[in-house]
Amino acid sequence: MKKILFSLVLLLSALFTSQFVAAAADLEINTPAISAIKNSMQARHGQLAAYYASGAIGLTNDGLIAVRDANAVPLKDRGGLNSAVAAENADRNKLYKEIATANGHPEWQAEIQSTFAGRWIDKAQAGWWVQGAGGWVKK
Amino acid sequence: MKNWMIGVTLACVLPACVTINIYFPAAAAEKAADKIIDDVWQLKNGGDKPNVNAVEPASTPAK
Repeated sequence: MKKILFSLVLLLSALFTSQFVAAAADLEINTPAISAIKNSMQARHGQLAAYYASGAIGLTNDGLIAVRDANAVPLKDRGGLNSAVAAENADRNKLYKEIATANGHPEWQAEIQSTFAGRWIDKAQAGWWVQGAGGWVKK
Repeated sequence: MKNWMIGVTLACVLPACVTINIYFPAAAAEKAADKIIDDVWQLKNGGDKPNVNAVEPASTPAK
């Protein structure tokens, strides 16, 4: 009898926990590692903003950025452009991975990345280039 | 008999827990993405002036 009662309590507590988990469904994004990546990306954005606006770079549909039209940048600045894009993509990949591991689910990285891909493009300013299904599109 | 019942209960409850943990919280992920993008692109600064294009020379006297 006691055992049945115990298993009933177990069942009820399991149900409650599951509801709690569903209610408190916020992802952890306030870790030191995530903040550090965010700060680095924020600092770099000052440089990238001009490149977005000129169409030299665009937002890809996989949550990264890419050089779209290197001719929009003077020859002498192209090295800086390429290294900024590479550094930004490295940060972005680190960010997606870090969010997944901070929440105890490294296997979520790809889904987090595709979620970000849609949000970056949604929030991009008018005039920026974004990658759609059929190629580059100006917002 | 009782052990058998406990076994059945556990068999029902444990997969449920596993399912909950594997499920990807898409809405929470979007919320997290929005928060991070707002920070990185400085779209909303919690009431502060929106300095999206804060490159204007604020105090450069004429040349």
